[in-house]
Amino acid sequence: MAYETVIGLEVHAQLNTESKIFCASSAAFGGGPNEHTCTVDLGLPGVLPVLNRQVIEYTLRLGLAVGAEIAPVCRFARKHYFYPDLPKGYQISQYEEPICVGGSVHFVTRDGRDVSINLTRIHMEEDAGKLIHGDELGDPNHSYSDLNRAGVPLLEIVSEPELRNPEDAESYMRKLRTLVRYLGVSDGNMQEGSLRCDANISLRPQGSEKFGEKVEIKNMNSFRHLRRALEYEEKRQREILDAGGVIEQETRLWDESGGVTRGMRSKEYAHDYRYFPDPDLVPLTVNAEWLDEVRAQLPELPDAKSRRFQEEFGLPRYDAEVLTAEKELAAYFDQVVEAAGKERAKAASNWVMGDVLRLLNERKIAIEECPVTPERLARMLSLIDDGTISGKIAKSVFDEMAESGGDPEVIVEEKGLRQITDTSAIESVAEDVIASNPEEVEAYRGGRTKLMGFFVGQAMKATGGKANPKALQEILREKLGS
Amino acid sequence: MNELLQLGIAEIMESLRAREFSAEELTRAYLERIGETEARVHAYLSVLEDEAIGAARDADQKIGAGDDDSPLLGVPVAVKDLLCMKGTRTTCASRFLENFEAPYDATAVARLKDAGAVILGKLNMDEFAMGSSCEQSAFGPTHNPWNLKTIPGGSSGGSAAAVAARSCVVSLGSDTGGSIRQPAACCGVVGMKPTYGRISRYGLIAFASSLDQIGPFAKNVRDAAVLLGAVSGHDPRDSTSADEPVPDYTQNLEAGVRGLRIGIPEEYFIEGMDPEVDAAVQKAIAVFKEQGAEILEISLPHTEYALPVYYILAPAEASSNLARYDGVRYGVRKEGDSTFGSLFGMYAASRENGFGDEVKRRIMLGTYALSSGYYDAFYTKAQRVRTLISQDFKTAFDSVDVVLSATAPTPAFEIGERLDDPISMYLSDILTIPCNLAGLPGISQPCGFTSRGLPIGLQLVGKPFAEKTILQAAAAFESATAHHEALPPL
Repeated sequence: MAYETVIGLEVHAQLNTESKIFCASSAAFGGGPNEHTCTVDLGLPGVLPVLNRQVIEYTLRLGLAVGAEIAPVCRFARKHYFYPDLPKGYQISQYEEPICVGGSVHFVTRDGRDVSINLTRIHMEEDAGKLIHGDELGDPNHSYSDLNRAGVPLLEIVSEPELRNPEDAESYMRKLRTLVRYLGVSDGNMQEGSLRCDANISLRPQGSEKFGEKVEIKNMNSFRHLRRALEYEEKRQREILDAGGVIEQETRLWDESGGVTRGMRSKEYAHDYRYFPDPDLVPLTVNAEWLDEVRAQLPELPDAKSRRFQEEFGLPRYDAEVLTAEKELAAYFDQVVEAAGKERAKAASNWVMGDVLRLLNERKIAIEECPVTPERLARMLSLIDDGTISGKIAKSVFDEMAESGGDPEVIVEEKGLRQITDTSAIESVAEDVIASNPEEVEAYRGGRTKLMGFFVGQAMKATGGKANPKALQEILREKLGS
Repeated sequence: MNELLQLGIAEIMESLRAREFSAEELTRAYLERIGETEARVHAYLSVLEDEAIGAARDADQKIGAGDDDSPLLGVPVAVKDLLCMKGTRTTCASRFLENFEAPYDATAVARLKDAGAVILGKLNMDEFAMGSSCEQSAFGPTHNPWNLKTIPGGSSGGSAAAVAARSCVVSLGSDTGGSIRQPAACCGVVGMKPTYGRISRYGLIAFASSLDQIGPFAKNVRDAAVLLGAVSGHDPRDSTSADEPVPDYTQNLEAGVRGLRIGIPEEYFIEGMDPEVDAAVQKAIAVFKEQGAEILEISLPHTEYALPVYYILAPAEASSNLARYDGVRYGVRKEGDSTFGSLFGMYAASRENGFGDEVKRRIMLGTYALSSGYYDAFYTKAQRVRTLISQDFKTAFDSVDVVLSATAPTPAFEIGERLDDPISMYLSDILTIPCNLAGLPGISQPCGFTSRGLPIGLQLVGKPFAEKTILQAAAAFESATAHHEALPPL
């Protein structure tokens, strides 16, 4: 039978505020065990939470960016369960009255489809600490709790079950990462756990309105694993259904090394979290002025940037999407175009998407650390355009800039890379090439015009690649034609 | 009794400034008094002798240097043992926290210290403030100084008994459903629960967060006003603390009650009320009338629901607030049976051993009320009725300034009398609970004695942040009567 896959994601984004959501402890990643803790996040008797204003601002940024409705009044609720990484015996979260309702996330798939996924809600909550088991440290019969992470602010971003395949789920997740990084609210690092994701997935017969029984999958620590886990689960469920079986509603863990999902707990043992409004925190009011203030400070968002790159610079959509995936990369590109002129935007895009990204990859550095500054890259583009160097020579100029960090003009002069545009010099090289390759000349004249590449190559070799390729071709064609 | 022990705050401050005695002498007199009375009363869970002498000496130095403006400079006080005080044991009268040493000061404690107070020790209470008799203390009951066989009320029984026994000048307690006013009534002292949010709850070990409020005990209204002023005010560490200015509560305290409209709610004169209590309250009403107050009959129609509403909301919040006592980081830890794994065995054993019966009872009540499937029927509905109870008061306060009633329907009962009957114990708070549900300020003051010599309390409830109005009314009653001057036969 043909099935339709239905996927919804619950994403947790750790906010990169300085302090925790309800106390002044540092929210920084790392630190010695329990170094980033205080009376409040340790859950000592008598302490009270006080909401960090920065957390609200960050949440409003994301809420506005995805077009969510911002509740004028929202509340925190306590979610109860016992675990040693949860010092109060409850997590302060939001339940019936979240801060953001609705909104949507848009992305373009690899094959160029536009997809827009509606959000159910976004809410604020505190993270739990973590347990370190004795086999990693200390006494193997004991577990140790590190509460540095307890109370670090999280946003839970819940999508509607509108994703239809694992690849889109990955694209959605990547877009969320792009968004939180643009907004400066989270570093979006999946490996460090600052972006986490639980997925709900079910299958239903093609055309059916009714949802199938869903399975929740946890523990996917990279975009690739998210997609692989969903692909595995999609296949597992299809096989069960095809064999006439039924899907059990349950939570499964993605086993990265085995490449499979494994059952964790079934819903019959589901917790009763006994949510109720937290009486220690007053309802949070967000007025229109505050919203306007936050809205005014929003940066240009990736979709708007991509549109601008396409409309103003005439870039293809693919280029625009790649260049806007990271705010810093987009800023770099913007600076190149600013310096080189809009007419060189496509050339700039080719260089940034090609050589610049390759360089970053090779050196494992961020765009901000790129030794080739946007201004130098722009000047190099001018050197190509005014015929000082050829595109091919430009590659070595670029590599030299990456190596030494020098100016392109200086490199061209010092290395003698200036293009030969003097026609008499080119003519003499062309004549030499023709003279020393009589067989090829004959073949060419006999109709094998593809051999032009051969002659150009020989001439380039003779000039150390410096001959102006356009002039060279013209001269060769003229001389071979006679 | 040493006559120093009879002095009020104003007289103490005056005498200290006049060098009639030193803060250290005064503190030693109180420590001596504690030594005399504690074997019989058991108001204190810990006496901080060294710290108190040190603080008294600091006060003496300040007075010597002329730096004597602090409102409680050199005044010996004591606090209920649910207020965290850095470096001292804070037990909440629970086995669970028997050895818990607080690493920080509650805001109220910090403010006492800033005001120059000498903290003598930590006072007994019902475990986690759950009880009306002080019998639920894991460390033994406090005895009522007026009759050692009877309860001092609760949960702040130690705070009330210590003031009555003159083993501190004033004290702090906390009131969730009557836990200041009812023991004040039982022990014949003044006790006040301020408006919710008036005093920061930071460092007050929570019972029911939306109801808990710290407040003063004193042997007269003026001392209560001084103590209230010293610890009130907004605290950035408590989001629910009110950003309202703190007036000088002692100013104009003698303003009198001429023209004050006092409402007498018919629903508060309930069946089963002790006739001697009723008679004393009627006499008090007559006193107010003589003083020029206008007495009006009013109705607070949802009063009968207050008790059931309270016994849903307070345990619900308690079941959550007490979830942190899991044996992982502090308090009791016991290894248990590992049927559900060693971790859950430890939780169960630690809580089983650490908590007393009343605490367990309320955790179970609250857990049930918050359970999925029951939440709307219990918690949500109780919240709605709570709103109606608040609305009753709002309506009443359109036509009156103060609501007057007995504090408790009966005087102190005997130790052990109601221990096996939680419902009759819960009824002790029937007249005090509505005020907590509505977040209003309420005061209890002595208004007479039963034929057996047990004190009777009068309750005045005011509008939000109208502490001054009820303090003025209470002061007027006090100046027209002599009940507060009587001393327990210790």
